[in-house]
Amino acid sequence: MPHEPYAVEMRGITKRFGTITANRAVDFALRKGEVQALLGENGAGKTTLMRILYGLYHADEGDIFVDGQMADIRSPRHAIAHGVGMVTQHFALVPPITVTENIILGYTDRFNIDLDAAHNKVAEASRRFGIAIEPRALVKNLSVGERQRVEIIKALYRDAKVLILDEPTAVLAPQEADELFESLKRLRDSGLSVIFISHKLHEVMAITDRVTVLRSGELAGTVNTAETNQADLAKMMVGRETFGVTKSDVNGRQGDIALRLEKISALDSKELVALKEISFEVRTGEILGLAGVSGNGQSELAQVLEGTRPSTGGRVSANGREITNAGPEQIMATGVGRIPEDRHESVVAEMTVAQNMALEHLHEFVRRGMLDKKRIRAHAETLIEAYQIKARPNDRIRTLSGGNMQKVILARVLERNPSVIIVAQPTRGLDVGATEYVRQKLLEQRQRGAAILLISEDLDEILELSDRIAVIYEGEIMNVLPAAEADIERLGLLMCGVSV
Amino acid sequence: MQIKIERSPAPVWFRPLIPLLAIVFTFVITASLVLLVNANPLSAYYYFLIDPLSSRVSAIEVLVKSTPLILTGAAVTFAFVGGYWNIGAEGQLLMGATAATAIGLQMHGVPAWIAIPLMILGGFLAGMLWALAPALMRVKLAIDEVVTTLLLNSVALLIVSALLNGPWRDPISQWPQSPEIAPSAIFPKLIPRSRLHLGFILAVIVVILVWFVLTRTAFGLRMRAVGMGSSAARFAGINVDRTMLISGLVSGGIAGLAGVTEVAGIHYHLIDAISGGHGYTGIIVATLGTLNAWGVLLAALFIGLIDTGAQTVSRALGVPVYLGDVIQAALLLVTLGFLLLQGYRIRWRRKG
Ligand SMILES: Nc1ncnc2c1ncn2[C@@H]1O[C@H](COP(=O)(O)OP(=O)(O)O)[C@@H](O)[C@H]1O
Ligand SMILES: [Mg+2]
Repeated sequence: MPHEPYAVEMRGITKRFGTITANRAVDFALRKGEVQALLGENGAGKTTLMRILYGLYHADEGDIFVDGQMADIRSPRHAIAHGVGMVTQHFALVPPITVTENIILGYTDRFNIDLDAAHNKVAEASRRFGIAIEPRALVKNLSVGERQRVEIIKALYRDAKVLILDEPTAVLAPQEADELFESLKRLRDSGLSVIFISHKLHEVMAITDRVTVLRSGELAGTVNTAETNQADLAKMMVGRETFGVTKSDVNGRQGDIALRLEKISALDSKELVALKEISFEVRTGEILGLAGVSGNGQSELAQVLEGTRPSTGGRVSANGREITNAGPEQIMATGVGRIPEDRHESVVAEMTVAQNMALEHLHEFVRRGMLDKKRIRAHAETLIEAYQIKARPNDRIRTLSGGNMQKVILARVLERNPSVIIVAQPTRGLDVGATEYVRQKLLEQRQRGAAILLISEDLDEILELSDRIAVIYEGEIMNVLPAAEADIERLGLLMCGVSV
Repeated sequence: MQIKIERSPAPVWFRPLIPLLAIVFTFVITASLVLLVNANPLSAYYYFLIDPLSSRVSAIEVLVKSTPLILTGAAVTFAFVGGYWNIGAEGQLLMGATAATAIGLQMHGVPAWIAIPLMILGGFLAGMLWALAPALMRVKLAIDEVVTTLLLNSVALLIVSALLNGPWRDPISQWPQSPEIAPSAIFPKLIPRSRLHLGFILAVIVVILVWFVLTRTAFGLRMRAVGMGSSAARFAGINVDRTMLISGLVSGGIAGLAGVTEVAGIHYHLIDAISGGHGYTGIIVATLGTLNAWGVLLAALFIGLIDTGAQTVSRALGVPVYLGDVIQAALLLVTLGFLLLQGYRIRWRRKG
């Protein structure tokens, strides 16, 4: 079948980082006017492949064709000249200046800028592409969703024919994601080609025409969305059937209140109010999920409970003992285990796995005034074995993958059989295998009778694991629902501050 | 052909070579200065590095010169490992020397086995006391210790001058130098008819203690955790403020010991040039020694060698003595540069 040339085509792309091969002989072709998903687990090489297309990395092997012509893309400047635009996972906007200024930044080569004309052009582009944005707004005052729109307009303004979006929904509330999908459909219908990176199956099914799946840096295949389903895609992604963790509903041990928050308030790092009189309790043998859009006070709440941020009002107690504004040591002594949101802030990157595993309870590893290095090592070996961690005791922890690092933290907490577990974003950035492992472990702890507060921005995770679900919005608890009464729609509305 | 710089850490086997490479590189770039005064760089470096070791007398002198540097290097290391940037070893040394003098002057008729430990203790405490205010300001008020410890160096020097021009002015010569300390307070010589004194043993013991505390004790591990990642240390329940305070104070104490050895081992009285920058050189020593106790010992010996060689080289070739200082300063910059660069690699790539 003769067809018009692909919008872009990548042939035999290989990219190595030291010993890691992030892409191995990957072929990828994008038709004009289609939305194609680039699907794969975390670490599959999606971002790398697209950074190569956008000129941020240079492939070790392979060629790129734009509109049928071989293209030498050595920098984003070349990519833009070839009509390729990209919205990266971390936005490249300058917060203190306006939307328009950000959009024309680095684009105009004229010395003096006619700002009014520029504003008008941006406003016109916003209308034409159906993406609402206020040209004169300062970027620092925009929400994450709005900033993403600025990034998209920025790419389109530079006459992109191909738009790459790297995990655009990761930072959005469900309603915002829906809006984005509407915009993408409109853009496609006007002839734009879109590459949509994701690891979320339902999104891919909802808005794409074709799906290319990467697995461990290699091409697993390209399929038409209409001819596939979530189960098949999942199989392609991981190379095996995924097995959802199963929450056993019979659980006779749910009972006493183990963690209680009464009117907890706190400030964020900029001294602004982040938590407003938060109250809830978690019982033994239950997982309370705390859902919310990123940045609504989840981090601050976790830190207050972990003992790394003072509260400005209210009380916290665990197992009947007050731990309001207690330090980490005291909190751990009451039987609270802490798995923090930022893995890198809770392990000392330059220290070994064994040292990190011992660090929280170092006094237990001292003999006659000296560190008992044998004990530290043996302890690490036991945990590495028990938690299937792919590392040796003396490896520096920064050399571990995210999944293994998380297992180290998990091991160090769970080995002490905590009666209360505070866990924040436990699977962020982990691949499917590690994610399931972590969730399984949390369910085991619930079964054992631990009271678990699960703070997560991943709604699927919340729905899969929680017995009850609390929703936080702008530092306040909107509602606490039994899991049976919670569905995505209702939670989505609560997460956007709409009481239902 | 295309050259690219990528972020990727140097392999582990390469890291110990960095100080050595830095030394070689420093000699290459300082060669131009030697050429400038019409001397032959190779013979200059012969006098710098080899000649001092060729005679017993000058080899012993190398140990003498390195003694205070071992101590200030250990002091700086102890602070830096704990994430406390003590730039005040110079001032702490001066205070240690002042305390040693004050005690030494009172020791007439007191046996050496009392006088010497008393001076060592006094010098340690004085260094610690001088380090207290900046350390407290750091942990209580988050005031940058780099600035405060540095500024206090000048204050310490002014105090010493005030003492030497006031109460301690030598009554006989009227020079700004203190009277001599009691004979029993003078450090015994390790080798007769040389300048090598008990202070060298003290310095080596301190290195062993620092090594032991940093690598073999729970406190040392906590200190390293604080130094390498204070937020992770805090999360793990380590009292970051207390740990930092202790590492700053102990560091000051060790620097104070360097003042003791200079007074009791070399000069026997206090002069305002008692340090001559050993506190600052300690930063070079600690950096070149990659914050490792044994590395500090080696680095101090090396700098002691250059110090000794600088005199030989100027005598033999007419090169200014300051060349030794230039080499030391260049060495610090090059070592720092190399330590930074070890996080990167240069890639050559042929096009096509
Ligand atoms: N700049 C880099 N340096 C070293 N390794 C990298 C770099 N970027 C990505 N990688 C590695 O390449 C692999 C693929 O990463 P990435 O393309 O980000 O995956 P994805 O976007 O699919 O999650 C991972 O193992 C990652 O650690
Ligand atoms: Mg990615």
